[in-house]
Amino acid sequence: MYRSHVLVCGGTGCTSSGSQQIMDTLKSEIEKNGLAEEVSVVQTGCHGLCALGPIMIIYPDATFYSMVKVEDIPEIVSEHLLKGRVVTRLLYKETVSPTGKIKALVDTDFYKKQHRIALRNCGIINPEVIEEYIGTGGYEALGKVLTEMTPDDVIKLLLDSGLRGRGGAGFPTGLKWKLARQNDADQKYVCCNADEGDPGAFMDRSVLEGDPHAVLEAMAIAGYAIGANQGYIYVRAEYPIAVDRLRIAINQAREFGLLGKNIFDTGFDFDIDLRLGAGAFVCGEETALMTSIEGKRGEPRPRPPFPAQKGLFGKPSILNNVETYANIPQIILNGPEWFASMGTEKSKGTKVFALGGKIHNTGLVEIPMGTTLREVIEEIGGGIPGGKKFKAAQTGGPSGGCIPYEHFDIPIDYDNLISIGSMMGSGGLIVMDEDDCMVDIAKFFLEFTVEESCGKCTPCRIGTKRMLEILDKVTKGTATMEDLDKLEELCYYVKENALCGLGQTAPNPVLSTLRYFRDEYEAHIKEKRCPAGVCKALLSFHIDRDKCKGCTLCARNCPADAIVGSVKNPHFIDTDKCIKCGTCIEKCKFGAIYKK
Amino acid sequence: MACKKTTVPFSGTKEQEAALKEAIAQLKDTPGALMPMMQKAQDIYGYLPIEVQTIISDETGIPLEKVYGVATFYAQFALQPKGKYKISVCLGTACYVKGSGNIFSKLEELLGITNGECTPDGKFSLDSCRCVGACGLAPVMMINDEVYGRLVPDDIPGILAKYN
Repeated sequence: MYRSHVLVCGGTGCTSSGSQQIMDTLKSEIEKNGLAEEVSVVQTGCHGLCALGPIMIIYPDATFYSMVKVEDIPEIVSEHLLKGRVVTRLLYKETVSPTGKIKALVDTDFYKKQHRIALRNCGIINPEVIEEYIGTGGYEALGKVLTEMTPDDVIKLLLDSGLRGRGGAGFPTGLKWKLARQNDADQKYVCCNADEGDPGAFMDRSVLEGDPHAVLEAMAIAGYAIGANQGYIYVRAEYPIAVDRLRIAINQAREFGLLGKNIFDTGFDFDIDLRLGAGAFVCGEETALMTSIEGKRGEPRPRPPFPAQKGLFGKPSILNNVETYANIPQIILNGPEWFASMGTEKSKGTKVFALGGKIHNTGLVEIPMGTTLREVIEEIGGGIPGGKKFKAAQTGGPSGGCIPYEHFDIPIDYDNLISIGSMMGSGGLIVMDEDDCMVDIAKFFLEFTVEESCGKCTPCRIGTKRMLEILDKVTKGTATMEDLDKLEELCYYVKENALCGLGQTAPNPVLSTLRYFRDEYEAHIKEKRCPAGVCKALLSFHIDRDKCKGCTLCARNCPADAIVGSVKNPHFIDTDKCIKCGTCIEKCKFGAIYKK
Repeated sequence: MACKKTTVPFSGTKEQEAALKEAIAQLKDTPGALMPMMQKAQDIYGYLPIEVQTIISDETGIPLEKVYGVATFYAQFALQPKGKYKISVCLGTACYVKGSGNIFSKLEELLGITNGECTPDGKFSLDSCRCVGACGLAPVMMINDEVYGRLVPDDIPGILAKYN
């Protein structure tokens, strides 16, 4: 029996900011103070507040320390754990009210509006210990399904819950399972898409790192429902911690008889294998992913036949995303009505978003469907740093679009996002402010798609390349208004004719920025000007003669020797020599250098 | 996914070859085993030159062009050797909007190499990568397994000096 538990986040964000050294130091300090019998250190998954990592929570009082450093550990151990005095300077400042009273974490702006289903156990249990998952009700849903329900009951329950695929497209999960169940075959497969490729999205990684058993349990349930006894998890090799924890989880589940032969003595067999991706974005597409599991080049193929008819190794298969699976055990245990009571009419439950970009609280949040963008960005996310103005929120990664301020109050769900030219995608939400150029952002995503296009179909392989060339001309100020029309026409052409989801959605970043930020495109073309000051070819650097003190710092640091002037006299930039690197702006202490 | 031919001669050892053959034998009966085999091979050799692909092809009977097709399809399979210190800069959206493009340019300038290349002394190689998932620390780069976050271009010379 321990009197106190210290939870240290071991997600990728916190590990990158040094949580492993913190764990090690903590353990040795606890040992040194003779507390090893009384205090237990637990490595957990992600708490969501990645911006404030490394994070540590001490129970039973749930004291939340943020940005902990190795040097702080002796003080935490001797003050908090030994003497019972909270180290106030390390507290997450949101948990301290102006009067000095400490608030519970769930009452802070970041957590108040969240509702955690998929992330239920993340940051609470040790993901490497199966008993902790079982202790929070884990594998009960599998037991219930195998002993009390028929496969058709399971499918009906999922259909009633209204759960839709969390990978982006939002296809009803129950329907997908039903279609696969209807196809008779000697062998079927259950696949899990953990190839989270959207840049800036890390929801699935956090679930795998924080609660891997939830995914295994749901896959076994899926196996029972569709009549499969083999599952594959296709996971990105770029997620080493997630891969390790999945391996551990699979082995533990096998030892406990929760995977393998004759689970719960019901005669049901199910096992899971891991397959590592190798860095191809297109493998997030279902047919490409299955081709890749088969060990081939991960190229998509035309549908029909759909995977429910002919999928992995030519057999009926289903593919669901990590977050979708993480919801399922809870739906089974709490019932479809419970799940359907959350969210909007056509989008039930919650959705996990990875907040990133120009926002205070970068990290992971799970909110009920129907929450507005304003609530997510201003309340949960804490707004935009540096007093800058919001310009757009990008959802759906390279398949999604940019949402402008005019849609700030739209409730987030699958259908609303599509109607405003973006999409839910897997849940990346990147905030952009006035300093971001929307043409440059569109170009950034197009560069991504051009590089990741597998080359199988012409509209995507060549179409996206031509689109990128036009965007490049726009950012260099050499495009004409006719180019803009051509670009738009090309967008619709690629959208309609590409073979798979990658190509069909690749034009979205361009179309949505053209729709909402056309004036920025036109400024680049007509006025040869980049309003946000990003596109280098259109910028020139100047020195404000009134502000310049003649300190010579800029001239000494200029790599191109483009700045001339004598000591204590205003300097001058030779725009012909200037390479627009921005070093002078960084160096100037008087804010005298500007670009236009 | 252009693949320049490497100029570095292949120098595999007998031990490496034995380790690879053993790994192939272990995976031989797994369905769709080619990719796991190639991943193992890359762990052993650090990259996948044509010589290693030939061993895989000879051992499994999978035609060499199939092996090569898979090797060139996936970004993670390297046909050229990497440096002793592998630098990868995240150019994912969250890092990009926080200025990782400038970090990348600074590295190119200081190392004199560009994306996918290795310095002539074999010390540093430079790659751009997609989202390491540490978006809270943006902009981020990795040198081997070490993560550097919240970077500004001026941090770069100091960080590189640690490895020189």
